[in-house]
Amino acid sequence: MRKLALSDEILLTVEKPARYIGNEYNMVVKDLDKIDIRFCMCFPDVYEIGMSHQGIQILYDMFNRREDTYCERVYSPWVDLDKIMREQQIPLFSLESQEPVKQFDFLGITLQYEMCYTNILQVLDLSQIPIYAKERTEEDPIVIGGGPCAYNPEPLADFFDMFYIGEGETVYDQLLDIYKENKQTNGTRKDFLEKAASIEGIYIPSFYEAAYYDNGILESFEPINPHAPKVIKKQVEMNLSDTFYPEKPLVPYIKITQDRVVLEILRGCLRGCRFCQAGMIYRPIRERTLTFLKERANRMLKATGHEEISLSSLSSSDHTELSELVYYLIEEFGTKGVNISLPSLRIDAFALDVMSKVQDVKKSSLTFAPEAGSQRLRDVINKGLSEEDILKGAMDAFKSGWNRVKLYFMLGLPTENMDDIEGIAVLSDKIAREYYTIPKDQRNGRVSIVSSTSFFVPKPFTPFQWVRMATSEEFLDKQRFLSGKMKEQINYRSIKYNWHEVELTMLEGVLARGDRKLSSVLYDVYKKGCIYDAWSEHFKYEKWIEAFEENQIDPLFYTSRERAQDELLPWDFIDAGVSRQFLWKEYQNAISEKVTPNCRQACAGCGASGFGGGVCYEGKN
Amino acid sequence: MKVRIKFSKTGSMKFIGHLDVMRYFQKAFRRCEINVSYSQGFNRHQVMSFAQPLGVGLTSEGEYLDAQLESSESSEEMIEKINHVITDEIQVLSFKLLPEDSKPAMSLVACADYRVELKDNYEAVEDFEIRFYDFYHQDTIEIEKKSKKSSTIMDIKPLIYEYKFEQEGLFLKVAAGSVNNLKPDLIMEAFYQFLGKELSPFSYQYHRIDLYAQKEDRFISLDDFGVNMKEGLSGEL
Repeated sequence: MRKLALSDEILLTVEKPARYIGNEYNMVVKDLDKIDIRFCMCFPDVYEIGMSHQGIQILYDMFNRREDTYCERVYSPWVDLDKIMREQQIPLFSLESQEPVKQFDFLGITLQYEMCYTNILQVLDLSQIPIYAKERTEEDPIVIGGGPCAYNPEPLADFFDMFYIGEGETVYDQLLDIYKENKQTNGTRKDFLEKAASIEGIYIPSFYEAAYYDNGILESFEPINPHAPKVIKKQVEMNLSDTFYPEKPLVPYIKITQDRVVLEILRGCLRGCRFCQAGMIYRPIRERTLTFLKERANRMLKATGHEEISLSSLSSSDHTELSELVYYLIEEFGTKGVNISLPSLRIDAFALDVMSKVQDVKKSSLTFAPEAGSQRLRDVINKGLSEEDILKGAMDAFKSGWNRVKLYFMLGLPTENMDDIEGIAVLSDKIAREYYTIPKDQRNGRVSIVSSTSFFVPKPFTPFQWVRMATSEEFLDKQRFLSGKMKEQINYRSIKYNWHEVELTMLEGVLARGDRKLSSVLYDVYKKGCIYDAWSEHFKYEKWIEAFEENQIDPLFYTSRERAQDELLPWDFIDAGVSRQFLWKEYQNAISEKVTPNCRQACAGCGASGFGGGVCYEGKN
Repeated sequence: MKVRIKFSKTGSMKFIGHLDVMRYFQKAFRRCEINVSYSQGFNRHQVMSFAQPLGVGLTSEGEYLDAQLESSESSEEMIEKINHVITDEIQVLSFKLLPEDSKPAMSLVACADYRVELKDNYEAVEDFEIRFYDFYHQDTIEIEKKSKKSSTIMDIKPLIYEYKFEQEGLFLKVAAGSVNNLKPDLIMEAFYQFLGKELSPFSYQYHRIDLYAQKEDRFISLDDFGVNMKEGLSGEL
């Protein structure tokens, strides 16, 4: 029998013991005696969330293809086990070998959202690895971070030995080779960091020093080690059809958030929505070929036995061969009881045809993300979705039998006024009115409209990276105003309005555009017992406020402050492919309500063409 | 065609709940491309059912699931095919064709065999065999059965059909199923109460050996309802 790190007594006491036993189907097993590099990959949230993440599955497969490397996994223990591990001083362990994480060469942590930062400290602490990078010794693993939040890694700078900026497929091999060589020649931890600093895309935070003006604004950010480059260039995999992609994804025992095959059909987005960080940092848009996708769909479904396949991307409709792919999947797998799910699909005739084939019209709903309530504000954010598109899409769907619509909006977008907010209520109502123009005997009961608003958080590497974020009070005023307007609509009984919590948004705003001064706040807040902040039942806002006060940090400095055009931003040392000039120009276009065409319509000169491929060169061979 | 599959669940699989095991088999059947029957409608699912849920923490070498197939290869081939795509901590032990009119395993269960073993690091009961003999030979073995609303006193003695001491531990044959179901840990709890001792909740490993149906005054293993298939069969019988 496999030896488990936790006793029966513990496993039978905690909720969902399957989170901690590993042994999922397709788990990689290797002989530890034949391994040079042990890499532990971590998603700092609960198993069901972490296991659903596609990026880790890609890297897990990629690392394990190396004979000299064994990549294992770890997730945040849920609060019940967290407590037991602290009481009994049980070191955090990997799922595969069930051995302590502290014995590994690397601990790689993916940074998917700001509100999991305290869980990173939890993972380090439970692993019995010093939380601060400067306190780690030759015995400790190298702690490396990556993922979207690594585009502003500064709030986490003190806790990581290095960050990998960009897509994982490119330079990890090089990094592991250097590590192995350094280990074989008895090089020190510092030797390795210095060698790693020369790899493009690798950022070693301890090799840089930040200085601040008295008002807290960043004055300078410079390398203090000769091996450290001034600018870190993001990594991009340019050929997505000839690179690592898992053929045998892990199949968990328990139901996870993404309990299905996930097929990434393209990376990046050509739409250029000005609030969207993913749309900027993953430029240029690159497709995987139809041949590649068909082949992987077959292999992954066969290797997992999943009964569902989901196509993943930022905007599926922009894949040039989407319809061929989708009709192929329906034909090939539809009869075998495989469900096909297509998120991020623009509602048009094709989408409706496909949806009617793959889902039960009576039970499913249509999703639109207008993001803003008025055409004026949609122009500001460059969301190329008009009211006409929405109403027509909805009407076509209603005629085909749908009667449920979900709408997603943001409150607090730059330049937003009361009319824009009211527009959310008006648009929700207009959709309902469209529905009721259909004669009663042809309708499918009542219409149901669910409108949700989240609060806008400005993100680095977007045209809105300079803007002032609304304060909690302003957000709540907007929400109350909208709530009132919803009730004034004729069809308000058919409209359900959902909103987000404001406190969490505030913290997300602080961390998203934060600097190194926030490391101490994160440390203190963790020590006050905060973990799983993204889970409302565990979120303790007052502890955060205490920690800000104790560190004499005003959170509004990070959120509600308009930055000057020439202000040095904490993430400016990263070259994300889109130029600062482009972002600024887009910001100005936003203010003057000027729309920028998408990448296929006209090149806006963002800078991503420097990567030498993708949409920038389509039709130019 | 209906088939009955007998399987084991050992090692770390004891932490996997009943519904997850069901999902596990559904995915495994797809991996090895078994020709399973699907229900109709948009949310099509495989037609299968389990004999008797096994609680988390218990191991077993006598679990049963009934499935509806469109066609099948020989029993031997099917066993090999499935075992190839599942963990060795769950293994198919038999694969048998059921008569079309057979009742689902779930409705047949009347009795179960268990083995109760003391786990490492726990103190054994002194003179276990003598004390257990005394315990069993009381006129009644009363336990308090608590529900959300009330608690009732119940005599479990008639539900214990047989016990014996084996090398690995205590063997128990007890009532199981929808009418009278006696969990083996309840017996141990009653035993410790008889001893005037506290039963620590994780001290014994309970292992299910087999499940039986009742036919007049005999118990017949659920495995004996079907026949081994020497060769493949299509659904048209």
